[in-house]
Amino acid sequence: MFDNLSSRFESILKKVRGKGRLTEADVDEVLSEIRAALLDADVNVGVVRTVVARIREAAIGAELSQALDPGQQVVKIVSQELTAMLGGETLKISYASKPPTVVLMAGLQGSGKTTSAAKLARWFKSQGRHPLLVGADLQRPAAVEQLRTLGKQIDVPVFSEPGDPVTTATRGLAEARRIGKDVLIVDTAGRLSIDADLMDEIRRISDAVTPNYTFLVIDAMTGQDAVNTAEAFHNTLAIDGVILSKLDGDARGGAALSVKEVIGRPIAFAATGEKLDAFEQFHPDRMAGRILGMGDMLTLIEQAESVFEKEEAEKAAAKLFEGDFTLDDFLDQLQQVKKMGSMSSIMGMIPGMPKAAKGAEIDDDMLKVTEAIIRSMTKEERRQPEIINGSRRTRIAKGSGTTVPDINKLVKQFTEMQKMMKRMGGMAALSGGKANKKGKPGKVNPIKMAKAMREMGLSDLAGPGGSMKGFPPPGKNPSGIPSEGFPDFRDFR
Amino acid sequence: MNTAPMILLILVGLVLVFGVGVVVYNRRTSAPLEVEEAPAKVAVQAGADVEAEVDVEVEEPAPAPGAVRRFARAAGIFNGSFAVLRGKDKITSETWEELEETLLRADVGLQTTTALLDTLKSRVGRKDISTPQELLDALQGEMAGQLSSNSRELHFDNSVKMPNIWLFVGVNGVGKTTTIGKVAFAQKALGRSVLLAAGDTFRAAAGEQLETWAQRAEVPIIRGNEGGDPSAVIFDAVQSAAANNRELVLGDTAGRLQNKSNLMEELKKVRRVAEKEAGTVTEVLLVIDATTGQNGLSQAEQFALATNVTGVVLTKLDGSAKGGIVFAIETQLGIPVKLVGLGETIGDLVPFDPEEYVRELFAEA
Repeated sequence: MFDNLSSRFESILKKVRGKGRLTEADVDEVLSEIRAALLDADVNVGVVRTVVARIREAAIGAELSQALDPGQQVVKIVSQELTAMLGGETLKISYASKPPTVVLMAGLQGSGKTTSAAKLARWFKSQGRHPLLVGADLQRPAAVEQLRTLGKQIDVPVFSEPGDPVTTATRGLAEARRIGKDVLIVDTAGRLSIDADLMDEIRRISDAVTPNYTFLVIDAMTGQDAVNTAEAFHNTLAIDGVILSKLDGDARGGAALSVKEVIGRPIAFAATGEKLDAFEQFHPDRMAGRILGMGDMLTLIEQAESVFEKEEAEKAAAKLFEGDFTLDDFLDQLQQVKKMGSMSSIMGMIPGMPKAAKGAEIDDDMLKVTEAIIRSMTKEERRQPEIINGSRRTRIAKGSGTTVPDINKLVKQFTEMQKMMKRMGGMAALSGGKANKKGKPGKVNPIKMAKAMREMGLSDLAGPGGSMKGFPPPGKNPSGIPSEGFPDFRDFR
Repeated sequence: MNTAPMILLILVGLVLVFGVGVVVYNRRTSAPLEVEEAPAKVAVQAGADVEAEVDVEVEEPAPAPGAVRRFARAAGIFNGSFAVLRGKDKITSETWEELEETLLRADVGLQTTTALLDTLKSRVGRKDISTPQELLDALQGEMAGQLSSNSRELHFDNSVKMPNIWLFVGVNGVGKTTTIGKVAFAQKALGRSVLLAAGDTFRAAAGEQLETWAQRAEVPIIRGNEGGDPSAVIFDAVQSAAANNRELVLGDTAGRLQNKSNLMEELKKVRRVAEKEAGTVTEVLLVIDATTGQNGLSQAEQFALATNVTGVVLTKLDGSAKGGIVFAIETQLGIPVKLVGLGETIGDLVPFDPEEYVRELFAEA
């Protein structure tokens, strides 16, 4: 997500960061690079002009204030501007006092409305709601079948009938009331913003169901035309929020910035994968930090907290640091991590992850392989991996469909991890234990963490630019290429 | 709760998992290809009994090339700029800015735009061009020139191991399935016997969608199970076509983002397996949505690397997007645009005519 834009800014800001003073030539160079980066990211020409002007103005004013060093000033200014452009704050969904809460999906052909409708339904379910999907795309062949299939996968009923989309939507609303569903999501056919007849049709659908939320689905790969599309749909329907689809691609996603700027509505959700749980509320403030290469630590923590059972995690952590963390416990943790989403999206959220690793697309099947290996072990083997001898290895390899070297590697790495954790135990107990006594949540000390991780050979997780929560990296690794101790992700390509 | 151990758990988990994953992944990709997986249950269906529907779908014939404005219904890209440009009798810095913005707005991209304008600036320097109108004409010429060198014929060859196989690839939602329906219709009209292969076994109801197009175009289709192996479906379709003397297999594939290496590997396999026994892949058509921005270049690069793309189909050019990314694709990668999609009905697919396309970009409302 936004990776290319992030790396562009990183390289630009690196130039500025070390300097003691920012000359006017520096400002101009930075601005011209920022302009190029934004244009390459498909941010609309007009929006680029506005934001560059704003940054210039702010940069000149800030120069006089002299509160921060010039590099910090530019980082702050660019980050502030991008945050403002991306939405300023999170869209909060509130529910209609008289259910159902009606959601209307709109967008161009192929932007991902049907998939997003199903993902949204799943999201509402996770919020404890009871959605009904309405298939009002009667245009594209098999669109309703697609929605029905997706509905089955997430166990959400789908209403549709052939004929007229306005009537279908109206009946869908009546059906939701009849069967007592509290959220209604209406999928519509894709349409071009310049097709007057179809734009009129969706206006009539909107009039018929009076949606509480109208979402415009925008493909993250969209170019300059995103603003025309957004404006046309906004003029017709009054858009409440944007769903940014296909954000797991390598598109820089500048369309998101443009759309927000042009229609002034936030990006409510982002779709980050083909699986139906790859859908999250969009956090503009955090995303701006991410564009600047700071990572999205907050999202990671929040997601982790919602997934991990508190005690379970604490128990596992205690075990981990005492060194009696078994492969069984590891398997449990793997399950938890899996719940957080795809590996690549988690990787992307860890700040300071080496670029090669961030860019690498990680196959979630690899989790399954690890799982298969562990599951092919006996209880005893999982508790004491050291008893795994040659014949046990062959058996485990056969059982999991892998090879003996795979087993060796896993066991070796697991043992090393156990050792590392034991060593780290003391350190973490120090920083965490003190906070717990006061009954407050412990805070990560990023510098200590990074230092400890470096000592463990995990240097690339801690740096380069490895600013956990924005702290400067204690070590340097300017190449950005993973060194020893970390798998070389270039092999993935 | 204390977040430190939790984050560590995750990090450690990642390291451990990837350590193992790399090994297994490498082993997998180097394993010899196996195709003997049992073919998915295959249903061959001819859609001969839907004449009424077909009549409705095709009553609107494609207009003759060049006769009417077909692309970009909204307007040419310079409509907003003509006044500014022609309002002056000299070329000023404002002229250049206006040109640059106009090209960027059409998704031509900063690099291509800068290259185009640099060429023109040197011509202005040589006094080759002196008025804004001459500049516009020269730009039009340069842009058409960028699209001039490629052959845009769809490659069908009777002398190769039959059938010919055309594969359709691209990211999600660009219009692959719709395009196949239109191509089937057009190729059938040329007298070729066509078979569709529903190789998108991933997306829900993709098979049903293609089947509707098969009925509209009145061509048979081979389908597999949802979630099945796409290579097997294409392989079976090619075998079936060979056995029944069908000349052309049009293979649909699931949309995939080009940075998903496992899915790109799957696509390589589809291509290899397609011509394993009978058949020859004579076209791999990359479908690109005209609304796509600069990511279109990355799409073309990655799909070309994986499947040796032979041409581009530019879809949805009937909207307000201009598809300017094709300049970068043609000049930087040398992949020709062969077809243009202009709507949702079966006849809305025309050969790409670069002269016409550039003329449309410069058209006045």
